[in-house]
Amino acid sequence: MVENLRQRIDGALIGLGSFGMLAIEALRSLRYKRPTWLDFVRQLHFVGVKSQSVVLTTGAATGMVLCAQTYFQFHKVKMDTATGAVVSVGMCSELGPVLAALMLTARVGAAMAAELGTMKVTEQIDALRTLATHPVDYLVIPRFLACIVAAPLLTAEAIVVGILASQLVGVGLLGIEGTYYRANMIRYTAPSDVVTGLIKALIFGAIIALIACYKGLNCREGAEGVGRATTEAVVAASISILVSNFFLTLFLTRLFKGI
Amino acid sequence: MLIEVREVHKSFGANAVLRGSSLQIDAGEAIVIIGRSGGGKSILLKHLIGLLRPDKGSVRVGGVDIAELSERKLLPIRRRFGMLFQGAALFDSMTVAENVGFVLQRERHHTEGEIARQVLEALEMVDLPGIESKKPAELSGGMRKRVGLARAIVYRPEIILYDEPTTGLDPIAAGVIDKLIRRVWSQLKVTSIAVTHDLKSAETISDRILMLNEGRIHGDGPTAEILRSTDPIISNFVHGIPTETR
Repeated sequence: MVENLRQRIDGALIGLGSFGMLAIEALRSLRYKRPTWLDFVRQLHFVGVKSQSVVLTTGAATGMVLCAQTYFQFHKVKMDTATGAVVSVGMCSELGPVLAALMLTARVGAAMAAELGTMKVTEQIDALRTLATHPVDYLVIPRFLACIVAAPLLTAEAIVVGILASQLVGVGLLGIEGTYYRANMIRYTAPSDVVTGLIKALIFGAIIALIACYKGLNCREGAEGVGRATTEAVVAASISILVSNFFLTLFLTRLFKGI
Repeated sequence: MLIEVREVHKSFGANAVLRGSSLQIDAGEAIVIIGRSGGGKSILLKHLIGLLRPDKGSVRVGGVDIAELSERKLLPIRRRFGMLFQGAALFDSMTVAENVGFVLQRERHHTEGEIARQVLEALEMVDLPGIESKKPAELSGGMRKRVGLARAIVYRPEIILYDEPTTGLDPIAAGVIDKLIRRVWSQLKVTSIAVTHDLKSAETISDRILMLNEGRIHGDGPTAEILRSTDPIISNFVHGIPTETR
């Protein structure tokens, strides 16, 4: 049992080391090798354009339910018009970036891990290497750049749609006074809330791309290996996003608000 | 000497696949490495191009020990190689033309016209002109291997590696691949290194055969000599006589 535990710890440390090496190699590649625009745009289309419907639906649904729940609680203490402020701050700094990142993980991270995993088991990655091409330059960097560009943009969209949807529910359905709803929203939402959300989204984008590529490139043999790599990519990226969100919240709040 | 492998050991977990393999290959030779399935032939081939690194021993290409080089420093050395994989390993998201012209595109100093011309030349060399716009999924196994060969020769490498080039093909398709391997070797003056357990293929495409047995090179000599060898291990393999059950 002790031996088993030791092997698991060794495996985890080796995995962490390999992941670190991939991240360093990606940074080195960014410095020395520029990806082609075509590779980058292809990935940006896949990550950004094709994720619109998923992320916008998530943003809208989250804004609506957050507005309804907040209103139900605030109504008891006659604070109906503060609902917009709560929804706005929540969407900008926490729910927008986290939920958009989780949806991106499910859609984009899983697809990346599965694609690279399939390439690994069909020897396409080895073929790339024999064709004098570094897999990090050709496969990881365009995906990494696409994710760190697309994630903040998608998050911004999710935030805007979430706030608009909440206003529709709050003002249109629940009868909150529109002028006060908007005024409180603007009064209590600081620019730093928006910046916090966008910085988080950028970091989450990097996490999704690196973890998905790492799991795909280190996929084990066979269909089972690809399935496992995909699952592990989604689970690892989701947990990393949730855990890092806590530390980012502490760090960025202290940075921007000095709390 | 173009390639020198010295005392290479490679294990996967408890499974010792290569146990001190050594070989030397000169420029322009046509070599086949034979041996039993699962005996480490493909593993040895992958060491020659740095896809795998030895646990012990050295692999020198043009005097440079590639086992010591980082993945990035290996890239210019790999440019001297072309490799045909067992399953062809074509990029399934790309067309045939994109697959064949991949290296030329990545080098970024060829015009589109040059790339198209060289892709066509390579496809003509493997007798497959006119399929540039097809996807790998639309091709038969034999055609995929021929496209894989076109991709390996389009940038004129010095050394071409073939991993089980005829495995999984019908006898006619296998004969076509053998003929093409021989044609590429003679016309492009490359060094040709193949691993196979198909002795008919080995006889056609090689001038020299090395036999891998128990992780070491057991026999090394001219093709005709090896195929007529009286050494019991080589002879049993050539005539398909079982010596042990694995």
